[in-house]
Amino acid sequence: MEAYRADFQRQPAAAEWLHALRTHGMARFESLGFPTTKNEDWHFTSVAPIAERTFRAAMTSKAGVSSEGSTAGMVARADLKRFTFDQPAWHSLVFVNGEFSENLSSFAGLGGKVRVSSLAQAIRSGVGRPERHLGKIAAFDKHAFTALNTAFIRDGAFIELQADAVVDQPIHLIFVSEGQGESISHPRNLIVAAQNSRATIIESYICIRDTPYFTNSVTEISLGEGARIDHYKIQRESEKSFHVGTTQIRQARDSQLHSFSFAVGGSLARTNIYTTLEGNAATCTLNGLYLADGAQHIDNQTSIEHIAPNCPSHEIYKGVLDGRSHGVFNGKVYVHPEAQKTDGKQSNNNLLLSPTARVDTKPQLEIFADDVKCTHGATIGRLDEIAMFYLNSRGIGPEMARTLLTYAFAADVLETIELEPMKSELERMVLARFASTAAA
Amino acid sequence: MLEINDLHAGVGDREILKGVTLRVNAGEVHAIMGPNGSGKSTLAQVLAGNPSYEVTKGTVSYNGQNLLELDAEVRAQNGIFLAFQYPVEIPGVSNAYFLRSAYNEIRKANGMEEVDPLEFLDLVEEKLKLVDMDQAMLSRSVNQGFSGGEKKRNEIFQMAVLAPRLAILDETDSGLDIDALRIVAQGVNTLRSPENATIVVTHYQRLLNYIIPDFVHVISNGRIVKSGGKELALELEEKGYDWLQDVGAGAGAAA
Repeated sequence: MEAYRADFQRQPAAAEWLHALRTHGMARFESLGFPTTKNEDWHFTSVAPIAERTFRAAMTSKAGVSSEGSTAGMVARADLKRFTFDQPAWHSLVFVNGEFSENLSSFAGLGGKVRVSSLAQAIRSGVGRPERHLGKIAAFDKHAFTALNTAFIRDGAFIELQADAVVDQPIHLIFVSEGQGESISHPRNLIVAAQNSRATIIESYICIRDTPYFTNSVTEISLGEGARIDHYKIQRESEKSFHVGTTQIRQARDSQLHSFSFAVGGSLARTNIYTTLEGNAATCTLNGLYLADGAQHIDNQTSIEHIAPNCPSHEIYKGVLDGRSHGVFNGKVYVHPEAQKTDGKQSNNNLLLSPTARVDTKPQLEIFADDVKCTHGATIGRLDEIAMFYLNSRGIGPEMARTLLTYAFAADVLETIELEPMKSELERMVLARFASTAAA
Repeated sequence: MLEINDLHAGVGDREILKGVTLRVNAGEVHAIMGPNGSGKSTLAQVLAGNPSYEVTKGTVSYNGQNLLELDAEVRAQNGIFLAFQYPVEIPGVSNAYFLRSAYNEIRKANGMEEVDPLEFLDLVEEKLKLVDMDQAMLSRSVNQGFSGGEKKRNEIFQMAVLAPRLAILDETDSGLDIDALRIVAQGVNTLRSPENATIVVTHYQRLLNYIIPDFVHVISNGRIVKSGGKELALELEEKGYDWLQDVGAGAGAAA
């Protein structure tokens, strides 16, 4: 704890509003402490591996060269290639250990109704006035990790879409950890989409080296009337590392959120996708896939708050657990009394490939309106024996059949991805992963 | 090609096949008919190697090999094909990928080279015509969203591509209308040759108007109780199955 306080105080001076926000964040964090398993939202996930370690702020080029050497200079464009979906036309903002890297980024040609900059720059220049929204969407009163991130707000992506702006190509935010052992980064992103604007935003978390670093990120998204954001969270951190990523969205009437979460990395990883449907007929689709092996612990929590009426929400999360891994899914749906004609569907399906893999799934529906349709389902199972026999009867041996069926299970939810290059790449990754496990 | 001797098999404590004896030679089409619960589908499943069933007694020899020793995929690699009564849906795996994998696994097992996706496409084009199916189905997930007729035609399509030596059709006609039935039968007939054999398991005689059998066997209470030529099927159509219930356990060996 003291280490965090020490790093907090070591931060360079900042504008009044930012200092107040950070101080508030730090105060909440110190008051809450890290969650224990007695906290309902963390019931199946012990963060002891994080709480026990002392994570120091990741050294960045601005903070000076640490004894471990410089940072941003050690990540080359070539290192990132395999994480970029082979799409040079996409706009990209690259952050190394949480700090924006102009050299590695490429987002020219966005102009006009779209304003994109690093958050640090926006804070310095005041352009776009991020203080209007920062800290107002992602609540940190009860969320320790969000509070901690808020205490260290420094850099991330700041994207503003003016009314009717349509971004032609996806904007890919790449957070690469240069893998300094026991270091922490707090990427903070803010996306403001004015009415009827539209964009595809991808948050990718990757690493260059396998070390026990900690990424604690928070992304706030505000969707104006009729706006639409297609959001992808791709978590491919090192299997030695720790990751807590919270994306919180606020949706105005008629807005659309389509979110897909893909999580395969981390020794202990948690992704939170929270949205509030504040305006009439806002819609959201939250889908996800998590694949865990070895001794990984991957936790996904979603929260959909229906405040306004006539909002459909749709959720499919699938998990494949192997080895001694542990998967957790908690899907919260809260329907306010005024949210009549809510149409909520939630399902979570899990496939256990080994007798020592484990998954905890908790659908959590609290419904206070009386004219709603809400369904939820959760399954945990093994590969279907009849399907296995069908494949065997065509000459396909048990190992290949296992690969195909496991892939089929995962591909099912990948089918929902509209962004073709993303879908193809994830399909390829998933197939390769299961094919190699079979051969092992 | 296939010699079944006193085969006993069942699930858990329940014995379903109580001593089936049957001989099938290359070039022949054998129909297996019987009332519900007689064991005809079980016979088909056991021959294909469905692990849900346990063989408790008897032997099955396939081209001189002990078939019961072989796992399901090895049986398929040796030329046995089962057209399922309820074809399985596999969302997430395309028909093309699935069938090409099967095709290549069988080729590999027989010391032949695998084919690539393009070669495979050429290969299957004419087989698709055989069952009146469109190339578009290849990119759809296996049997997903297929009507009953489409699923059965897909079974015959797979059979056409994998070119088995012994094809076993498990109630392929169940749930089919006349048009689908005709297409399925046409497919099966086109694939008939002096080198391969077909076992057609069916409840109704209707299919046998289109797939003319060389031999008809009636199975009842887990045993073949009567065997004959194609006229036997017509006799059953007229009289039903009851008149055979009193007939003792027949040897059932083909003429």
